[in-house]
Amino acid sequence: MSSSEKIKNFFTEIGELTYFTRRFFKEVITRPFEIKELLRQCYNIGNKSLLLVSVTGFIIGLVITLQTRPTLEEFGAESWMPSMVSISIIREIGPVIIALTFAGRIASGIGAELGSMKVTEQIDAMEVSGTNPFKYLVVTRVLATTLMLPLLVIIGDAIALYGSFIIEYSKGEVSFVLYFNKVFNSLEFGDLIPATIKTFFFGFAIGIVGCFKGYNCKKGTVGVGLAANSAVVFSSMLLFIIDFIAVFITDIFFEI
Amino acid sequence: MNQSQHIEKQSVKQTSRKLMLDIKDLRKSFGDTHVLNGFNLELYEGENLVIMGKSGSGKSVMIKCLVGLMQPDSGNIKVMGKDIATLNQIELDELRTEIGFLFQGSALYDSMTVRENLEFPLRRHKHKFGTNIDTSELVAEALENVGLAHTIDLMPEELSGGMKRRVALARTLILRPKIILYDEPTSGLDPITSKEIIELMRRIQKQYKTSSLIITHDVDCARVVSERMVLLVDGIDYAKGTFAELAASSDKKVKAFFK
Ligand SMILES: Nc1ncnc2c1ncn2[C@@H]1O[C@H](COP(=O)(O)OP(=O)(O)OP(=O)(O)O)[C@@H](O)[C@H]1O
Ligand SMILES: [Mg+2]
Repeated sequence: MSSSEKIKNFFTEIGELTYFTRRFFKEVITRPFEIKELLRQCYNIGNKSLLLVSVTGFIIGLVITLQTRPTLEEFGAESWMPSMVSISIIREIGPVIIALTFAGRIASGIGAELGSMKVTEQIDAMEVSGTNPFKYLVVTRVLATTLMLPLLVIIGDAIALYGSFIIEYSKGEVSFVLYFNKVFNSLEFGDLIPATIKTFFFGFAIGIVGCFKGYNCKKGTVGVGLAANSAVVFSSMLLFIIDFIAVFITDIFFEI
Repeated sequence: MNQSQHIEKQSVKQTSRKLMLDIKDLRKSFGDTHVLNGFNLELYEGENLVIMGKSGSGKSVMIKCLVGLMQPDSGNIKVMGKDIATLNQIELDELRTEIGFLFQGSALYDSMTVRENLEFPLRRHKHKFGTNIDTSELVAEALENVGLAHTIDLMPEELSGGMKRRVALARTLILRPKIILYDEPTSGLDPITSKEIIELMRRIQKQYKTSSLIITHDVDCARVVSERMVLLVDGIDYAKGTFAELAASSDKKVKAFFK
Protein backbone atom coordinates (compact mmCIF):
# COMPACT_ATOMS: atom_id res chain seq x y z
CA MET A 1 0.00 0.00 0.00
CA SER A 2 1.38 3.40 -0.93
CA SER A 3 1.55 6.08 1.71
CA SER A 4 -1.05 8.27 0.02
CA GLU A 5 -3.41 5.32 0.07
CA LYS A 6 -2.67 4.80 3.76
CA ILE A 7 -3.50 8.41 4.52
CA LYS A 8 -6.73 8.10 2.53
CA ASN A 9 -7.69 4.94 4.41
CA PHE A 10 -6.98 6.65 7.69
CA PHE A 11 -9.35 9.50 6.95
CA THR A 12 -12.02 7.13 5.61
CA GLU A 13 -11.76 5.31 8.91
CA ILE A 14 -12.11 8.53 10.90
CA GLY A 15 -15.23 9.32 8.87
CA GLU A 16 -16.72 5.91 9.50
CA LEU A 17 -15.93 6.13 13.20
CA THR A 18 -17.66 9.52 13.35
CA TYR A 19 -20.71 8.01 11.71
CA PHE A 20 -20.63 5.08 14.13
CA THR A 21 -20.39 7.49 17.09
CA ARG A 22 -23.34 9.48 15.79
CA ARG A 23 -25.36 6.29 15.59
CA PHE A 24 -24.39 5.54 19.19
CA PHE A 25 -25.83 8.85 20.38
CA LYS A 26 -29.00 8.24 18.41
CA GLU A 27 -29.49 4.73 19.80
CA VAL A 28 -28.57 5.51 23.38
CA ILE A 29 -31.54 7.82 23.90
CA THR A 30 -34.24 5.68 22.27
CA ARG A 31 -36.18 2.75 23.65
CA PRO A 32 -35.82 -0.10 24.41
CA PHE A 33 -33.03 0.25 27.00
CA GLU A 34 -31.03 -2.89 27.65
CA ILE A 35 -30.52 -2.24 31.36
CA LYS A 36 -29.89 -5.82 32.39
CA GLU A 37 -27.27 -6.33 29.72
CA LEU A 38 -25.64 -3.00 30.66
CA LEU A 39 -25.25 -4.12 34.27
CA ARG A 40 -23.87 -7.45 33.12
CA GLN A 41 -21.31 -5.67 30.95
CA CYS A 42 -20.32 -3.32 33.78
CA TYR A 43 -19.74 -6.30 36.01
CA ASN A 44 -17.81 -8.18 33.32
CA ILE A 45 -15.60 -5.26 32.46
CA GLY A 46 -14.89 -4.36 36.06
CA ASN A 47 -14.25 -7.96 36.95
CA LYS A 48 -11.89 -8.48 34.02
CA SER A 49 -9.74 -5.43 34.73
CA LEU A 50 -9.82 -4.85 38.49
CA LEU A 51 -6.80 -7.00 39.30
CA LEU A 52 -4.81 -5.67 36.37
CA VAL A 53 -5.58 -2.08 37.30
CA SER A 54 -4.70 -2.70 40.95
CA VAL A 55 -1.34 -4.23 40.12
CA THR A 56 -0.56 -1.50 37.62
CA GLY A 57 -1.51 1.19 40.12
CA PHE A 58 0.60 -0.33 42.85
CA ILE A 59 3.66 -0.56 40.61
CA ILE A 60 3.21 3.01 39.36
CA GLY A 61 3.23 4.19 42.97
CA LEU A 62 6.37 2.23 43.84
CA VAL A 63 8.30 3.18 40.74
CA ILE A 64 7.51 6.88 40.74
CA THR A 65 8.48 7.23 44.37
CA LEU A 66 11.71 5.31 43.92
CA GLN A 67 12.63 7.33 40.85
CA THR A 68 11.80 10.74 42.28
CA ARG A 69 13.30 10.29 45.71
CA PRO A 70 17.03 10.70 44.86
CA THR A 71 16.42 13.98 43.06
CA LEU A 72 14.42 15.43 45.93
CA GLU A 73 16.98 14.17 48.44
CA GLU A 74 19.67 16.09 46.63
CA PHE A 75 17.77 19.28 47.37
CA GLY A 76 16.86 18.17 50.86
CA ALA A 77 13.21 18.26 49.89
CA GLU A 78 12.09 14.71 50.79
CA SER A 79 9.19 16.11 52.75
CA TRP A 80 7.71 17.23 49.46
CA MET A 81 7.45 13.67 48.25
CA PRO A 82 3.78 13.04 49.11
CA SER A 83 2.51 16.17 47.40
CA MET A 84 4.67 15.75 44.35
CA VAL A 85 3.88 12.11 43.85
CA SER A 86 0.17 12.53 44.47
CA ILE A 87 -0.18 15.40 42.03
CA SER A 88 1.62 13.59 39.25
CA ILE A 89 -0.31 10.38 39.85
CA ILE A 90 -3.76 11.94 40.15
CA ARG A 91 -3.37 14.41 37.34
CA GLU A 92 -1.63 12.46 34.68
CA ILE A 93 0.16 9.20 35.27
CA GLY A 94 -2.68 7.35 36.97
CA PRO A 95 -5.41 8.10 34.44
CA VAL A 96 -3.20 7.63 31.37
CA ILE A 97 -1.37 4.45 32.36
CA ILE A 98 -4.46 2.82 33.81
CA ALA A 99 -6.48 3.75 30.72
CA LEU A 100 -3.77 2.27 28.51
CA THR A 101 -3.79 -0.98 30.46
CA PHE A 102 -7.57 -0.96 30.32
CA ALA A 103 -7.44 -0.40 26.55
CA GLY A 104 -5.09 -3.33 26.16
CA ARG A 105 -7.43 -5.59 28.08
CA ILE A 106 -10.88 -4.34 27.18
CA ALA A 107 -10.68 -2.77 23.71
CA SER A 108 -9.03 -5.90 22.33
CA GLY A 109 -11.57 -8.08 24.12
CA ILE A 110 -14.50 -6.17 22.72
CA GLY A 111 -12.93 -6.03 19.25
CA ALA A 112 -12.37 -9.78 19.20
CA GLU A 113 -15.75 -10.64 20.70
CA LEU A 114 -17.84 -8.48 18.40
CA GLY A 115 -15.57 -9.34 15.47
CA SER A 116 -16.13 -13.05 15.86
CA MET A 117 -19.85 -12.47 16.38
CA LYS A 118 -19.86 -10.53 13.14
CA VAL A 119 -18.04 -13.12 11.03
CA THR A 120 -20.07 -16.01 12.39
CA GLU A 121 -23.29 -14.10 11.62
CA GLN A 122 -24.38 -13.92 15.26
CA ILE A 123 -25.01 -10.20 14.85
CA ASP A 124 -27.23 -10.89 11.83
CA ALA A 125 -29.02 -13.58 13.82
CA MET A 126 -29.79 -11.07 16.57
CA GLU A 127 -31.10 -8.59 14.08
CA VAL A 128 -33.55 -11.03 12.49
CA SER A 129 -34.80 -12.18 15.85
CA GLY A 130 -36.02 -8.71 16.74
CA THR A 131 -33.25 -7.48 19.05
CA ASN A 132 -31.37 -4.43 17.84
CA PRO A 133 -27.75 -5.64 17.99
CA PHE A 134 -26.40 -2.11 18.07
CA LYS A 135 -28.30 -1.41 21.29
CA TYR A 136 -27.72 -4.83 22.77
CA LEU A 137 -24.01 -5.12 21.99
CA VAL A 138 -22.58 -1.68 21.26
CA VAL A 139 -24.54 0.73 23.43
CA THR A 140 -24.22 -1.44 26.53
CA ARG A 141 -20.47 -1.95 26.10
CA VAL A 142 -19.69 1.69 25.39
CA LEU A 143 -21.72 2.84 28.40
CA ALA A 144 -20.07 0.21 30.55
CA THR A 145 -16.52 1.27 29.64
CA THR A 146 -17.45 4.94 30.06
CA LEU A 147 -18.81 4.34 33.55
CA MET A 148 -16.29 1.78 34.74
CA LEU A 149 -12.99 3.36 33.73
CA PRO A 150 -13.34 6.44 36.01
CA LEU A 151 -14.14 4.09 38.88
CA LEU A 152 -11.16 1.89 38.11
CA VAL A 153 -8.87 4.91 37.81
CA ILE A 154 -9.94 6.14 41.24
CA ILE A 155 -9.21 2.71 42.70
CA GLY A 156 -5.93 2.50 40.79
CA ASP A 157 -4.86 5.97 41.97
CA ALA A 158 -5.61 5.09 45.56
CA ILE A 159 -3.56 1.92 45.30
CA ALA A 160 -0.73 3.85 43.62
CA LEU A 161 -0.66 6.33 46.51
CA TYR A 162 -0.59 3.45 48.93
CA GLY A 163 2.36 1.97 47.01
CA SER A 164 4.12 5.28 47.23
CA PHE A 165 3.43 5.42 50.96
CA ILE A 166 5.02 1.99 51.45
CA ILE A 167 8.30 3.20 49.93
CA GLU A 168 8.26 6.39 51.98
CA TYR A 169 7.47 4.42 55.11
CA SER A 170 10.32 1.99 54.50
CA LYS A 171 12.80 4.81 53.89
CA GLY A 172 11.92 7.07 56.74
CA GLU A 173 9.77 8.10 59.58
CA VAL A 174 6.55 9.13 57.87
CA SER A 175 3.35 7.64 59.29
CA PHE A 176 0.22 6.67 57.36
CA VAL A 177 -1.77 9.61 58.74
CA LEU A 178 0.97 12.14 58.12
CA TYR A 179 1.59 10.90 54.62
CA PHE A 180 -2.04 11.05 53.56
CA ASN A 181 -2.52 14.38 55.34
CA LYS A 182 0.17 15.78 53.14
CA VAL A 183 -1.40 14.18 50.09
CA PHE A 184 -4.83 15.65 50.73
CA ASN A 185 -3.45 19.05 51.64
CA SER A 186 -1.65 19.35 48.36
CA LEU A 187 -4.52 18.12 46.19
CA GLU A 188 -7.10 20.60 44.97
CA PHE A 189 -10.31 20.25 43.04
CA GLY A 190 -8.39 21.66 40.11
CA ASP A 191 -6.35 18.45 40.14
CA LEU A 192 -9.13 15.98 40.81
CA ILE A 193 -12.09 17.13 38.74
CA PRO A 194 -10.46 17.57 35.31
CA ALA A 195 -8.54 14.33 35.77
CA THR A 196 -11.75 12.44 36.53
CA ILE A 197 -13.68 14.06 33.71
CA LYS A 198 -11.08 13.05 31.21
CA THR A 199 -11.29 9.41 32.29
CA PHE A 200 -14.93 9.36 31.17
CA PHE A 201 -13.75 10.38 27.72
CA PHE A 202 -10.99 7.77 27.84
CA GLY A 203 -13.53 5.09 28.72
CA PHE A 204 -15.85 6.23 25.97
CA ALA A 205 -13.05 6.22 23.38
CA ILE A 206 -11.95 2.72 24.37
CA GLY A 207 -15.49 1.35 24.19
CA ILE A 208 -16.46 3.00 20.95
CA VAL A 209 -13.24 2.08 19.12
CA GLY A 210 -13.40 -1.54 20.33
CA CYS A 211 -17.02 -1.83 19.20
CA PHE A 212 -16.37 -0.03 15.93
CA LYS A 213 -13.50 -2.35 15.01
CA GLY A 214 -15.44 -5.46 15.97
CA TYR A 215 -18.69 -4.42 14.34
CA ASN A 216 -16.98 -3.66 11.05
CA CYS A 217 -14.77 -6.71 11.14
CA LYS A 218 -13.79 -8.24 7.81
CA LYS A 219 -14.65 -11.86 7.12
CA GLY A 220 -12.37 -14.61 8.32
CA THR A 221 -10.29 -15.33 11.38
CA VAL A 222 -7.57 -12.96 10.19
CA GLY A 223 -10.18 -10.22 10.33
CA VAL A 224 -10.97 -10.97 13.98
CA GLY A 225 -7.31 -10.79 15.00
CA LEU A 226 -6.91 -7.59 13.08
CA ALA A 227 -10.01 -6.09 14.69
CA ALA A 228 -8.69 -6.86 18.18
CA ASN A 229 -5.24 -5.60 17.39
CA SER A 230 -6.22 -2.37 15.69
CA ALA A 231 -8.78 -1.66 18.42
CA VAL A 232 -5.94 -1.43 20.93
CA VAL A 233 -3.63 0.58 18.68
CA PHE A 234 -6.31 3.00 17.59
CA SER A 235 -7.82 3.54 21.03
CA SER A 236 -4.40 4.04 22.64
CA MET A 237 -3.58 6.67 20.08
CA LEU A 238 -6.93 8.31 20.69
CA LEU A 239 -6.22 8.36 24.43
CA PHE A 240 -3.13 10.50 23.93
CA ILE A 241 -5.02 12.89 21.67
CA ILE A 242 -7.83 13.22 24.21
CA ASP A 243 -5.29 13.65 26.97
CA PHE A 244 -3.57 16.43 25.11
CA ILE A 245 -6.87 18.22 24.49
CA ALA A 246 -7.91 17.74 28.12
CA VAL A 247 -4.64 19.14 29.47
CA PHE A 248 -4.87 22.03 27.06
CA ILE A 249 -8.38 22.93 28.19
CA THR A 250 -7.55 22.46 31.87
CA ASP A 251 -4.62 24.78 31.40
CA ILE A 252 -6.94 27.51 30.17
CA PHE A 253 -9.55 27.10 32.90
CA PHE A 254 -7.48 26.32 35.95
CA GLU A 255 -4.28 28.16 35.04
CA ILE A 256 -1.84 25.68 36.46
CA MET B 1 -47.74 -38.83 -17.87
CA ASN B 2 -45.47 -36.93 -20.25
CA GLN B 3 -43.43 -33.97 -19.24
CA SER B 4 -45.46 -31.07 -20.68
CA GLN B 5 -48.60 -32.34 -18.97
CA HIS B 6 -46.70 -32.54 -15.76
CA ILE B 7 -45.49 -28.95 -15.98
CA GLU B 8 -48.93 -27.67 -16.85
CA LYS B 9 -50.50 -29.45 -13.95
CA GLN B 10 -47.98 -28.05 -11.59
CA SER B 11 -48.37 -24.45 -12.74
CA VAL B 12 -52.14 -24.68 -12.24
CA LYS B 13 -51.52 -25.98 -8.77
CA GLN B 14 -49.17 -23.09 -8.07
CA THR B 15 -51.31 -20.19 -9.16
CA SER B 16 -54.05 -21.33 -6.84
CA ARG B 17 -51.60 -21.19 -3.92
CA LYS B 18 -50.67 -18.11 -1.95
CA LEU B 19 -47.44 -16.35 -2.87
CA MET B 20 -45.16 -16.23 0.20
CA LEU B 21 -42.06 -14.70 -1.33
CA ASP B 22 -41.86 -12.70 -4.50
CA ILE B 23 -38.56 -11.30 -5.73
CA LYS B 24 -38.47 -9.25 -8.90
CA ASP B 25 -35.39 -8.04 -10.75
CA LEU B 26 -33.11 -8.01 -7.70
CA ARG B 27 -29.74 -6.32 -8.24
CA LYS B 28 -26.83 -5.95 -5.88
CA SER B 29 -23.19 -5.01 -6.40
CA PHE B 30 -20.25 -4.54 -4.09
CA GLY B 31 -18.08 -1.93 -5.77
CA ASP B 32 -17.25 -3.39 -9.16
CA THR B 33 -18.44 -6.92 -8.43
CA HIS B 34 -21.96 -7.37 -9.69
CA VAL B 35 -23.33 -10.17 -7.58
CA LEU B 36 -27.02 -10.14 -8.51
CA ASN B 37 -28.08 -8.87 -11.93
CA GLY B 38 -31.85 -9.14 -12.01
CA PHE B 39 -32.77 -12.20 -9.98
CA ASN B 40 -36.39 -13.39 -9.84
CA LEU B 41 -38.02 -15.88 -7.52
CA GLU B 42 -41.44 -16.94 -6.30
CA LEU B 43 -42.11 -19.16 -3.33
CA TYR B 44 -45.61 -20.51 -2.88
CA GLU B 45 -47.29 -21.55 0.34
CA GLY B 46 -46.27 -24.97 1.58
CA GLU B 47 -43.61 -25.39 -1.07
CA ASN B 48 -40.02 -26.59 -0.78
CA LEU B 49 -37.93 -24.57 -3.18
CA VAL B 50 -34.25 -25.34 -3.60
CA ILE B 51 -31.75 -22.80 -4.85
CA MET B 52 -28.44 -24.00 -6.17
CA GLY B 53 -25.50 -21.90 -7.21
CA LYS B 54 -21.74 -21.97 -7.15
CA SER B 55 -19.85 -20.71 -4.13
CA GLY B 56 -19.73 -16.93 -4.29
CA SER B 57 -22.64 -16.68 -6.72
CA GLY B 58 -24.64 -14.55 -4.31
CA LYS B 59 -27.03 -16.98 -2.65
CA SER B 60 -26.39 -15.69 0.84
CA VAL B 61 -26.56 -12.11 -0.38
CA MET B 62 -29.94 -12.87 -1.93
CA ILE B 63 -31.54 -14.25 1.23
CA LYS B 64 -30.02 -11.50 3.33
CA CYS B 65 -31.79 -9.01 1.10
CA LEU B 66 -34.98 -11.00 1.70
CA VAL B 67 -35.00 -10.33 5.43
CA GLY B 68 -33.63 -6.80 5.24
CA LEU B 69 -30.13 -7.63 6.50
CA MET B 70 -28.77 -6.11 3.29
CA GLN B 71 -30.25 -3.42 1.10
CA PRO B 72 -30.45 -4.33 -2.58
CA ASP B 73 -29.40 -1.71 -5.14
CA SER B 74 -32.69 -2.13 -6.95
CA GLY B 75 -35.53 -4.58 -7.35
CA ASN B 76 -38.66 -5.48 -5.53
CA ILE B 77 -39.06 -7.92 -2.64
CA LYS B 78 -42.45 -8.92 -1.31
CA VAL B 79 -42.80 -11.15 1.73
CA MET B 80 -46.35 -12.41 2.22
CA GLY B 81 -47.60 -9.55 0.08
CA LYS B 82 -45.65 -6.82 1.90
CA ASP B 83 -42.95 -4.85 0.14
CA ILE B 84 -40.11 -4.92 2.67
CA ALA B 85 -38.55 -1.68 1.42
CA THR B 86 -41.60 0.26 2.59
CA LEU B 87 -41.75 -1.13 6.14
CA ASN B 88 -40.55 0.75 9.21
CA GLN B 89 -38.40 -0.96 11.84
CA ILE B 90 -41.33 -2.15 13.95
CA GLU B 91 -43.23 -3.56 10.98
CA LEU B 92 -40.05 -5.19 9.72
CA ASP B 93 -39.39 -6.85 13.09
CA GLU B 94 -42.98 -8.06 13.15
CA LEU B 95 -42.64 -9.54 9.67
CA ARG B 96 -39.33 -11.16 10.58
CA THR B 97 -41.09 -13.27 13.21
CA GLU B 98 -42.82 -15.01 10.30
CA ILE B 99 -39.49 -15.83 8.67
CA GLY B 100 -37.09 -18.31 10.21
CA PHE B 101 -33.48 -17.95 9.15
CA LEU B 102 -31.05 -20.85 9.54
CA PHE B 103 -27.60 -19.34 9.09
CA GLN B 104 -24.84 -20.99 7.11
CA GLY B 105 -22.62 -21.59 10.15
CA SER B 106 -25.48 -22.06 12.66
CA ALA B 107 -24.70 -18.65 14.25
CA LEU B 108 -25.40 -19.76 17.81
CA TYR B 109 -24.53 -17.08 20.38
CA ASP B 110 -21.39 -18.55 21.84
CA SER B 111 -21.49 -16.62 25.09
CA MET B 112 -24.89 -18.09 25.94
CA THR B 113 -26.13 -21.55 26.87
CA VAL B 114 -28.42 -23.50 24.59
CA ARG B 115 -31.37 -22.43 26.74
CA GLU B 116 -30.45 -18.74 26.49
CA ASN B 117 -29.93 -19.12 22.76
CA LEU B 118 -33.45 -20.41 22.35
CA GLU B 119 -34.93 -17.80 24.68
CA PHE B 120 -33.30 -14.97 22.78
CA PRO B 121 -35.91 -14.60 19.99
CA LEU B 122 -38.61 -14.62 22.70
CA ARG B 123 -37.21 -11.51 24.41
CA ARG B 124 -39.02 -9.20 22.03
CA HIS B 125 -41.65 -11.47 20.56
CA LYS B 126 -43.21 -13.26 23.49
CA HIS B 127 -46.53 -11.54 22.85
CA LYS B 128 -46.93 -13.69 19.76
CA PHE B 129 -48.01 -16.49 22.09
CA GLY B 130 -50.41 -14.53 24.30
CA THR B 131 -49.70 -12.97 27.67
CA ASN B 132 -49.07 -15.78 30.14
CA ILE B 133 -46.83 -18.07 28.18
CA ASP B 134 -44.20 -20.17 29.87
CA THR B 135 -40.97 -19.65 27.94
CA SER B 136 -39.25 -22.65 29.48
CA GLU B 137 -42.00 -24.85 28.08
CA LEU B 138 -41.53 -23.42 24.61
CA VAL B 139 -37.77 -23.94 24.83
CA ALA B 140 -38.14 -27.49 26.06
CA GLU B 141 -40.60 -28.30 23.32
CA ALA B 142 -38.41 -26.82 20.60
CA LEU B 143 -35.39 -28.81 21.80
CA GLU B 144 -37.48 -31.95 22.09
CA ASN B 145 -38.46 -31.44 18.47
CA VAL B 146 -34.86 -31.70 17.29
CA GLY B 147 -34.05 -34.50 19.74
CA LEU B 148 -31.63 -32.53 21.90
CA ALA B 149 -33.50 -32.01 25.16
CA HIS B 150 -30.45 -33.11 27.16
CA THR B 151 -28.22 -30.29 25.84
CA ILE B 152 -30.26 -27.47 27.36
CA ASP B 153 -27.58 -26.30 29.80
CA LEU B 154 -24.56 -26.81 27.55
CA MET B 155 -22.59 -24.08 25.82
CA PRO B 156 -22.41 -24.10 21.99
CA GLU B 157 -18.70 -24.96 22.08
CA GLU B 158 -19.60 -28.24 23.75
CA LEU B 159 -21.79 -29.33 20.83
CA SER B 160 -20.76 -31.08 17.62
CA GLY B 161 -21.38 -29.42 14.25
CA GLY B 162 -24.51 -31.46 13.63
CA MET B 163 -25.89 -30.72 17.09
CA LYS B 164 -25.22 -27.01 16.62
CA ARG B 165 -27.14 -27.07 13.37
CA ARG B 166 -30.07 -28.77 15.11
CA VAL B 167 -30.06 -26.32 18.02
CA ALA B 168 -29.96 -23.48 15.50
CA LEU B 169 -32.94 -25.05 13.78
CA ALA B 170 -34.78 -25.25 17.09
CA ARG B 171 -34.03 -21.57 17.68
CA THR B 172 -35.31 -20.77 14.21
CA LEU B 173 -38.55 -22.65 14.87
CA ILE B 174 -39.29 -21.22 18.27
CA LEU B 175 -41.33 -18.32 16.92
CA ARG B 176 -43.32 -20.68 14.65
CA PRO B 177 -42.38 -18.97 11.38
CA LYS B 178 -44.46 -19.51 8.26
CA ILE B 179 -41.41 -19.32 5.99
CA ILE B 180 -38.02 -20.87 6.71
CA LEU B 181 -34.87 -19.85 4.88
CA TYR B 182 -32.14 -22.47 5.07
CA ASP B 183 -28.67 -21.22 4.11
CA GLU B 184 -26.78 -24.42 3.30
CA PRO B 185 -28.25 -26.54 6.08
CA THR B 186 -25.92 -29.47 5.38
CA SER B 187 -22.64 -27.71 4.61
CA GLY B 188 -19.69 -28.90 6.65
CA LEU B 189 -21.49 -32.01 7.90
CA ASP B 190 -20.73 -35.64 7.14
CA PRO B 191 -23.19 -37.51 4.86
CA ILE B 192 -24.93 -39.31 7.70
CA THR B 193 -25.49 -36.20 9.78
CA SER B 194 -26.58 -34.39 6.61
CA LYS B 195 -29.23 -37.03 6.10
CA GLU B 196 -30.46 -36.56 9.66
CA ILE B 197 -30.77 -32.83 9.13
CA ILE B 198 -32.63 -33.37 5.87
CA GLU B 199 -35.03 -35.78 7.59
CA LEU B 200 -35.58 -33.20 10.30
CA MET B 201 -36.31 -30.50 7.74
CA ARG B 202 -38.89 -32.70 6.08
CA ARG B 203 -40.55 -33.55 9.36
CA ILE B 204 -40.75 -29.91 10.36
CA GLN B 205 -42.21 -29.06 6.97
CA LYS B 206 -45.00 -31.57 7.55
CA GLN B 207 -45.55 -30.74 11.19
CA TYR B 208 -45.72 -26.95 10.91
CA LYS B 209 -46.80 -26.63 7.26
CA THR B 210 -44.03 -24.13 6.56
CA SER B 211 -42.86 -22.92 3.19
CA SER B 212 -39.14 -23.39 2.76
CA LEU B 213 -36.39 -21.84 0.70
CA ILE B 214 -33.37 -24.09 0.81
CA ILE B 215 -29.97 -23.02 -0.41
CA THR B 216 -27.61 -25.88 -1.00
CA HIS B 217 -24.58 -27.22 -2.85
CA ASP B 218 -25.60 -30.71 -2.03
CA VAL B 219 -27.21 -32.53 -4.96
CA ASP B 220 -28.49 -35.32 -2.72
CA CYS B 221 -30.16 -32.81 -0.46
CA ALA B 222 -31.72 -31.10 -3.46
CA ARG B 223 -33.01 -34.40 -4.85
CA VAL B 224 -34.67 -35.36 -1.61
CA VAL B 225 -36.24 -32.09 -0.47
CA SER B 226 -36.97 -30.06 -3.58
CA GLU B 227 -40.34 -29.77 -5.21
CA ARG B 228 -39.03 -27.09 -7.50
CA MET B 229 -35.54 -25.72 -8.09
CA VAL B 230 -33.96 -22.48 -9.21
CA LEU B 231 -30.37 -22.32 -10.41
CA LEU B 232 -28.56 -19.09 -9.66
CA VAL B 233 -25.93 -18.50 -12.34
CA ASP B 234 -24.32 -15.19 -13.32
CA GLY B 235 -26.54 -13.32 -10.89
CA ILE B 236 -29.84 -14.36 -12.48
CA ASP B 237 -32.38 -17.16 -12.09
CA TYR B 238 -30.74 -19.08 -14.90
CA ALA B 239 -33.00 -22.13 -14.92
CA LYS B 240 -36.13 -23.28 -13.10
CA GLY B 241 -37.93 -26.58 -12.86
CA THR B 242 -38.20 -29.82 -10.95
CA PHE B 243 -35.09 -31.77 -10.06
CA ALA B 244 -35.80 -34.32 -12.79
CA GLU B 245 -36.30 -31.66 -15.43
CA LEU B 246 -33.10 -29.82 -14.62
CA ALA B 247 -31.07 -32.99 -14.25
CA ALA B 248 -32.17 -33.97 -17.76
CA SER B 249 -31.32 -30.58 -19.24
CA SER B 250 -28.81 -30.35 -22.05
CA ASP B 251 -27.62 -26.83 -21.16
CA LYS B 252 -23.92 -26.87 -20.28
CA LYS B 253 -24.17 -24.58 -17.25
CA VAL B 254 -27.12 -26.53 -15.86
CA LYS B 255 -25.40 -29.86 -16.41
CA ALA B 256 -22.41 -28.73 -14.40
CA PHE B 257 -24.54 -28.85 -11.23
CA PHE B 258 -25.51 -32.49 -11.56
CA LYS B 259 -22.13 -34.17 -12.05
N1 LIG C 1 -20.52 -7.45 2.83
C1 LIG C 1 -19.91 -7.70 1.66
N2 LIG C 1 -19.03 -6.82 1.16
C2 LIG C 1 -18.41 -7.05 -0.01
N3 LIG C 1 -18.62 -8.13 -0.77
C3 LIG C 1 -19.48 -9.06 -0.34
C4 LIG C 1 -20.18 -8.89 0.91
N4 LIG C 1 -20.98 -9.96 1.08
C5 LIG C 1 -20.78 -10.75 0.02
N5 LIG C 1 -19.90 -10.23 -0.84
C6 LIG C 1 -19.48 -10.81 -2.11
O1 LIG C 1 -20.62 -11.24 -2.79
C7 LIG C 1 -20.37 -12.46 -3.46
C8 LIG C 1 -21.44 -13.46 -3.11
O2 LIG C 1 -21.33 -13.81 -1.75
P1 LIG C 1 -22.30 -14.84 -1.07
O3 LIG C 1 -21.90 -14.95 0.34
O4 LIG C 1 -23.71 -14.48 -1.35
O5 LIG C 1 -21.97 -16.20 -1.83
P2 LIG C 1 -22.70 -17.59 -1.70
O6 LIG C 1 -23.38 -17.84 -2.97
O7 LIG C 1 -23.54 -17.62 -0.47
O8 LIG C 1 -21.46 -18.56 -1.55
P3 LIG C 1 -21.24 -19.78 -0.55
O9 LIG C 1 -21.88 -20.92 -1.19
O10 LIG C 1 -19.79 -19.91 -0.48
O11 LIG C 1 -21.86 -19.40 0.76
C9 LIG C 1 -18.97 -12.88 -3.09
O12 LIG C 1 -18.13 -12.58 -4.18
C10 LIG C 1 -18.62 -12.03 -1.91
O13 LIG C 1 -17.26 -11.71 -1.95
MG1 LIG D 1 -23.47 -18.45 1.41
